[in-house]
Amino acid sequence: MLRVHCPLCGERPYTEFRYGGDASRARPALGTSSLEAWHDYLFLFDNPKGPHREFWQHEQGCRQWLLVVRDTATNVVREVIVARNAGPGGGQGPGSR
Amino acid sequence: MIAGPRRVPVAGRIDPHRPLRFSLDGRAFTGYQGDTLASALLAGGARVIGRSFKYHRPRGFLAAGVDEPNGLFTLGEGNRTEPNAQGTMVQITEGLSASCQNAWPSVRFDLGAVNAWFAPALRAGFYYKTFMGPARRSWMTYERLIRRAAGLGAASHEPDPDRYETRYAFTDVLVIGAGPAGLSAALAAGSTGARVMLAEQDGLLGGTLLGDPVTGDTEVWRTRIEAQLRSLAGLQILQHTSAAGIYDGGTVVLVTRRDHCRPDPSAGEALQILTTVRAKAVVHATGAVERPLVFADNDRPGIMLASAARAYLNRYAVACGRRAVVLTNNDSAYAAAFDLLPHIDSMVVADVRRAIHPSLAAQAASLGIEVHTSAVVAGVRGRAAVRGVVLCLGEGRPRFRSIACDLICMSGGWSPLAHLSCHGGIKPRYRKDSAAFVPGGYAAGHFGAGALTGAFSLQTAVLEGWEAGNLAAAFGGFTRAADGLRPVPPAAAPWESANHHIEPVWQLPGARAGKAFVDFQNDVTVQDLLVAHQEGYGSVEHLKRYTTLGMGTDQGKTSNINALGIMAGLRGIDLEDAGTTTFRPPFTPVRVGALAGRHVGRHFRPLRRSPLHDWHLAHGAQMIEAGPWLRPWYYLWAGDAVERAYIEEMRLVRRAVGLSDVSTLGKIDVQGPDAAQFLDRVYVNGFARLPVGKTRYGVMLSDAGTIFDDGTTTRLADTGYFMTTTTAGAEEVLCWLEFLLQTAWPDLRVHVTSVTDEWAGMSVAGPKARAALERAFPGEDFSDPAVPHMGCRELLVERIPMRLIRLSFSGELAYELYVPAGHAPAVWEHMLCSGEPLGMRPYGLEALAALRIEKGHIAGSEVDPRLSLDDLGLGRMARLEKPFVGRELTARAAGGPKRPSLVGIECLEPGKRLRGGAILFAAGEPLKGHGRGYVTSVTWSPTLEKFIALGLFAGGLDHLGEEIVCAFPLKGERVRARITSPVFLDPKGERLHV
Repeated sequence: MLRVHCPLCGERPYTEFRYGGDASRARPALGTSSLEAWHDYLFLFDNPKGPHREFWQHEQGCRQWLLVVRDTATNVVREVIVARNAGPGGGQGPGSR
Repeated sequence: MIAGPRRVPVAGRIDPHRPLRFSLDGRAFTGYQGDTLASALLAGGARVIGRSFKYHRPRGFLAAGVDEPNGLFTLGEGNRTEPNAQGTMVQITEGLSASCQNAWPSVRFDLGAVNAWFAPALRAGFYYKTFMGPARRSWMTYERLIRRAAGLGAASHEPDPDRYETRYAFTDVLVIGAGPAGLSAALAAGSTGARVMLAEQDGLLGGTLLGDPVTGDTEVWRTRIEAQLRSLAGLQILQHTSAAGIYDGGTVVLVTRRDHCRPDPSAGEALQILTTVRAKAVVHATGAVERPLVFADNDRPGIMLASAARAYLNRYAVACGRRAVVLTNNDSAYAAAFDLLPHIDSMVVADVRRAIHPSLAAQAASLGIEVHTSAVVAGVRGRAAVRGVVLCLGEGRPRFRSIACDLICMSGGWSPLAHLSCHGGIKPRYRKDSAAFVPGGYAAGHFGAGALTGAFSLQTAVLEGWEAGNLAAAFGGFTRAADGLRPVPPAAAPWESANHHIEPVWQLPGARAGKAFVDFQNDVTVQDLLVAHQEGYGSVEHLKRYTTLGMGTDQGKTSNINALGIMAGLRGIDLEDAGTTTFRPPFTPVRVGALAGRHVGRHFRPLRRSPLHDWHLAHGAQMIEAGPWLRPWYYLWAGDAVERAYIEEMRLVRRAVGLSDVSTLGKIDVQGPDAAQFLDRVYVNGFARLPVGKTRYGVMLSDAGTIFDDGTTTRLADTGYFMTTTTAGAEEVLCWLEFLLQTAWPDLRVHVTSVTDEWAGMSVAGPKARAALERAFPGEDFSDPAVPHMGCRELLVERIPMRLIRLSFSGELAYELYVPAGHAPAVWEHMLCSGEPLGMRPYGLEALAALRIEKGHIAGSEVDPRLSLDDLGLGRMARLEKPFVGRELTARAAGGPKRPSLVGIECLEPGKRLRGGAILFAAGEPLKGHGRGYVTSVTWSPTLEKFIALGLFAGGLDHLGEEIVCAFPLKGERVRARITSPVFLDPKGERLHV
């Protein structure tokens, strides 16, 4: 069972977290009129074997969105930082369901 | 003299002073404390204990442990029925009732045996071809018959009355398996000071040593090391506990069976306990199981694994026959021959190998055992029980020799139980010298020892276990135990070696001629493998699916390696190149109850209650589940059936005033200097210029430009807003707002906080709503200028802060009153009390929903992420001149005139009804396919005195006034209806301003 080291709360089981999708690409800025930019951001995904940048939210803890590097082959979480501290980043959130 | 198994005077591990009575198919048996169902049945002389899966051949026990493929029973009765229990793993208890499976009407006289006559039809690929091929229609016809004839036990349809527990555990070292390697590993790790858990599926510690004579050297050693382990403070021993699977991060799931304790659920005692263990390091010491030899009719009752015959004798004091033949390709089976010898009348050993170790030959000779080398089986006599065997002896010009026997002990070598090490995705590798697939590696912090690694001797197991235990403890930061503490097992016999001098043989010559079983549980024969190979299903994964090999409840523990060996031979490749199928959890079947634990019934998921819940219950509310919430459906004051009650409640709201609990709405507090800008970005319409004290309805889109959620938001101050969301969307919306603020726009100074639980909400609705408020809070001004439509007033009444928002879901003059949750019951009662002269009463969810349908307001079933603003007729709300989430793609989502969009539907046939989910067709067109749309919400309208509905229809209101057909195929209904405006009542909204 996966465990994620939340920088604020410590090591917690993945059941406390919400997965928030791919964080490897920058989100188009608000008001970007290019449909192509939104299309690429919303619908085109790589499916890498190995390290993958993704968003997780510590929903049942500090509620912070985290930037997580997870190895898709081994499910080992290599790096976790608070997304807010990562600067304007990319990725999709839960609203893209 | 009666042939067959019987109890013999051997010390064993059963307690002859504690007899236990049990029954099989209603027939009484007696066993002893320590017996398994299998050993007790054998002691009672039972030979045929079931019929095989496809061919209904009589079957007896093949094994004595977790690898048993044949001896499956249904335990218990009624709601305690447990199908497919391995008789070799069930400890008998007083009064246990068991029944045989897959034999109708009885094991001895089996009508299903006619399947054997149809056997060619049931061979490899039968299921596959029947499902996939042109014969699919015939499958529909025969499925029921075949399922009844070929199958396993049936589960009960009643709820399980037993209790199960789940728990978490943490340890430095987890040792899986308490055979010699596991015992040694646990002692090593425990001696370092590490916390150790030792999990053993058996009720006793010792693993294969439990099959040794209790009077021997190994028993002395076993007893001593067990005592040492039990004296270690930091060591926890879990018996009757099997490791079901290994998951990410080295998490191991253990299942502890407590059947033998006869737990009482009413006393809180669990039948099974599922433990999720987080161990810093894990030692795999799962051992190995013996393989059968593959020859024609190798499934006759009385033919069993040599180690099983030996375990039945030494552990359970059961000799499984009087005249025995031992067939083997390795040394290990000789131990069975030596131990059985004093208890039987004749013994012949037929060894496939050309020569055996001289000291082993000498030992056999000194005991007077007749040993034939270069021996294979030419035939087996007997049907319901083995009566003899014809051996083919010698090379070149073989001699045939017929031997009468009632027991054949076979050994094809040993297969390590490498399953757990593979759960992380590491494939096993073939170890040629042991003719065994062993773990191909281990995850970090995992170590293997003993027979699992393909080294089968006691001495190597103890050495490897000691090393693995030390490595595991060291991985957790502990200093290795002093080598002086290492346990020393009894010395090996001169012929013993780590690989039992095995000469692998995957099938004996002539196996193709008859039915030579590879997988006993699923009735897969050598012939089936041949067919699979000829038809191109030679790779291991194809082979498995085509023949069903290894797909039984035993997951092919006895069969996989033989099958792989035979197929590798057919394909002319090396076994190591053939590989194995993928091992996945669980290692042994796990009861669904154990996985569910106590998350059953009401505890399946958290239940949410409004702060007014108790009041509702005490005042005749009939409750209904709405997502995780329990909400009042209708109240008994209005009627004792929902069909009448909600109509009465609607009349109340339309004519006087009603009070409804809307506390379930999501509520989010939005604060900060940039709050206005933030809301402008997340809603399609504008909020920045909303004046303080005013409320606005808003819609949010997803990035894809489709509907995400809707609700009202009130500006309480320059920098503070009170947002409401749909009940179902509350959590999603909060996470989404947090996501945007934390990842996309971290520069915005805004904080969002869920206040759903902090504020209770009640809707005061009806033409007398203002009068009700004036009676409840005299002296406060509720006039139109003071609280205009879509206006908000904050009140402080008796030191209770309240937020009063004038908005309407029902189309009537209405207010939402928000009060701190703790004060909700008092305020609610006060409202009802003071409103009583006006006829005020509570109304429930059914009326709430029906009122909004009459008004054409969208709710849960219309707030659908597949729909766009235009689909719901909301396109004009969007302020496209400002940027907002989903703006760019909402244009794309608008689609053309063919998109289904929101319409009203009225029923044209009195006496018939509309139904949610009904498919919509144009009048006169054939009722085929997906139609032109569907009904989303439906109600009886007391105002219009007909069924009305909201729905989505291709082209939407372009079809206003057209007649359509609402089809509901599930009930065979079709109803004539007409497209109308979705606003059925008061289209100008005059009732809002009474």
